[in-house]
Amino acid sequence: MIGAHDVSWRVGGHLAVDGVTLDVPTGSTVALLGPNGSGKSSFLRLLAGVRPTSSGVVRLGDDDLASLSRRRVAQRLAVVDQENVTDTDPTVRDVVSLGRLPHRAAWSPATGRDREVVDRCATQMRVEHLLGRRYATLSGGERQRVQIARALAQEPTELLLDEPTNHLDLRHQLELLTLVRRAGRTTVMALHDLNLAATYADRLVVLHEGRVHAAGAPEDVLTVGLVADVYGVEAEIESTPAGLHVRYLRALP
Amino acid sequence: MAVLDRVLRTPERGPEAPRRARAASLAVLGPVGLVVLVLSIAASTAIGAADLGPRDVLSVVLERLGGPETGLSTLRERIILDLRLPRAVLAAACGAGLALCGVVLQSLLRNPLADPFVLGVSSGASTGAVLVVVVGIGAGTIGLATGAFLGALVAFSLVLLLGLLTGGTTDRMILAGVASTQLFAALTSFIVFTLADAEQTRGVLFWLLGSLGAATWNEVLVCGLVVLVGMALCWASAGTLDAFMFGQDAAASLGVPVQRVRLVLLVTTALVTAVIVSVSGAIGFVGLVLPHVARALVGVGHRLVVPTAALLGAIFLVWVEVASRTVIAPQELPIGVATALVGVPAFVVVLVRSRRRTS
Repeated sequence: MIGAHDVSWRVGGHLAVDGVTLDVPTGSTVALLGPNGSGKSSFLRLLAGVRPTSSGVVRLGDDDLASLSRRRVAQRLAVVDQENVTDTDPTVRDVVSLGRLPHRAAWSPATGRDREVVDRCATQMRVEHLLGRRYATLSGGERQRVQIARALAQEPTELLLDEPTNHLDLRHQLELLTLVRRAGRTTVMALHDLNLAATYADRLVVLHEGRVHAAGAPEDVLTVGLVADVYGVEAEIESTPAGLHVRYLRALP
Repeated sequence: MAVLDRVLRTPERGPEAPRRARAASLAVLGPVGLVVLVLSIAASTAIGAADLGPRDVLSVVLERLGGPETGLSTLRERIILDLRLPRAVLAAACGAGLALCGVVLQSLLRNPLADPFVLGVSSGASTGAVLVVVVGIGAGTIGLATGAFLGALVAFSLVLLLGLLTGGTTDRMILAGVASTQLFAALTSFIVFTLADAEQTRGVLFWLLGSLGAATWNEVLVCGLVVLVGMALCWASAGTLDAFMFGQDAAASLGVPVQRVRLVLLVTTALVTAVIVSVSGAIGFVGLVLPHVARALVGVGHRLVVPTAALLGAIFLVWVEVASRTVIAPQELPIGVATALVGVPAFVVVLVRSRRRTS
């Protein structure tokens, strides 16, 4: 489990994250929602520990994240960022194998078990046939699945994803989130699409101006009022057998 | 130019087989590379005005190690032992060190155009050398090499300070390096133009362009040891360097204490480069181009790239050193000029390739 307790992050005199508290029980999936600039990515960085909090505590299991070494954190928490750009020309196997780094010394070579885990995680994300390909030649959806396979190769209990469905077409969005759910890790992901969030997350947390605006089960959180307040959009919400469905009508003046 | 071809061609790899072959190749690559390096040094020692064969070189070395008498004249022995061999070995050490530093800086700064001099080390060294040679700072107690080394450290410290003050991101580091390079280059030119006589100018200029002509065994020893230690440290950090593939945040989330690692590796490369520059002047392009050649040959994993680049750099510079003293013999070409003549076309290739990748 991972949790944040009254966590804030001040950048350039402005509170990007303002007193957010959130507990993600083991095995559950939380979607972070909110418009651009609402603090989703910033909050994920604090949860990942790649930026120090200005105040408040992030807890990973029973430990204060800040008290753990980077390596200990990486052994149980994996992150997939929004942008994954490299100047080098790795193969897909090179990229997925990065996930094994936290589990061995920097000077030791990959073991048989490392290769096994890489193969297994690649298969899990359906990229095993791409392992010999150059990363640069992959489509956006394939790259995203490769990055998640890399994250799974860290054998994490917690998984943080920043807009994993960005730039993906509809089919790849659904596939990707299905695979992520199937991986069964404690997951926090920032999402733009309210319908995807309602379908694939157990709980939604809506951030607005760095603060938690609403949190809870999708049916409790997604209301016409919330979409108007947070996104400035008039919407209809209908309950279908497959879950909630939000239909956007127009931008409010 | 088979090597250039390999850099130019975007390698199309088959599914899995080539990777396996490569993974198994460290045990083969190392010994083969070392043998080629030793043979290159022996061959380069045999080439030159005095007519000597590789066999003579070998017998002299063997005699030194307790083998039988060579039967060569003392003069010929001295040519081999005091003139040619230290040059060749120093070339190997410098080539290995420069390529090594190039690998590390390109990875840490995430810039395919980074080279060992990107953080201002060489221009600082030139200012230090000029201060000693032309202005006479140190009053004869410190030599050109010491002056250059101190200058390099001052310039690098300035870059580090500027980089950290402006936020410590890789872009800021590179900008600080550019600024510092310009500043120290201007200082050097200023001193040379206002104070140096023709003789001094020529001496400094020759040194600036790189020269192994005055190599001594002392320099070989210092430079060789520093390069070996630097290489051990970088090789031991291979996994850490790999972790920077997708940038600093990605490295941090893969368990790397980014700030500390970056500082240690930047200081290491700066020290190695400063020592190399102080004995050989600024030999360009080895550190820029050979890391790319190494990656084109063995892929991106630093466990292979680090030793491969170092071996390639060593072999490359040994042969460039031969070329520099034979092409226009009996005149000598500054070795930096020779590496640049090979390096500039390769540099263009790297530029084109990196552009193709981002577009």
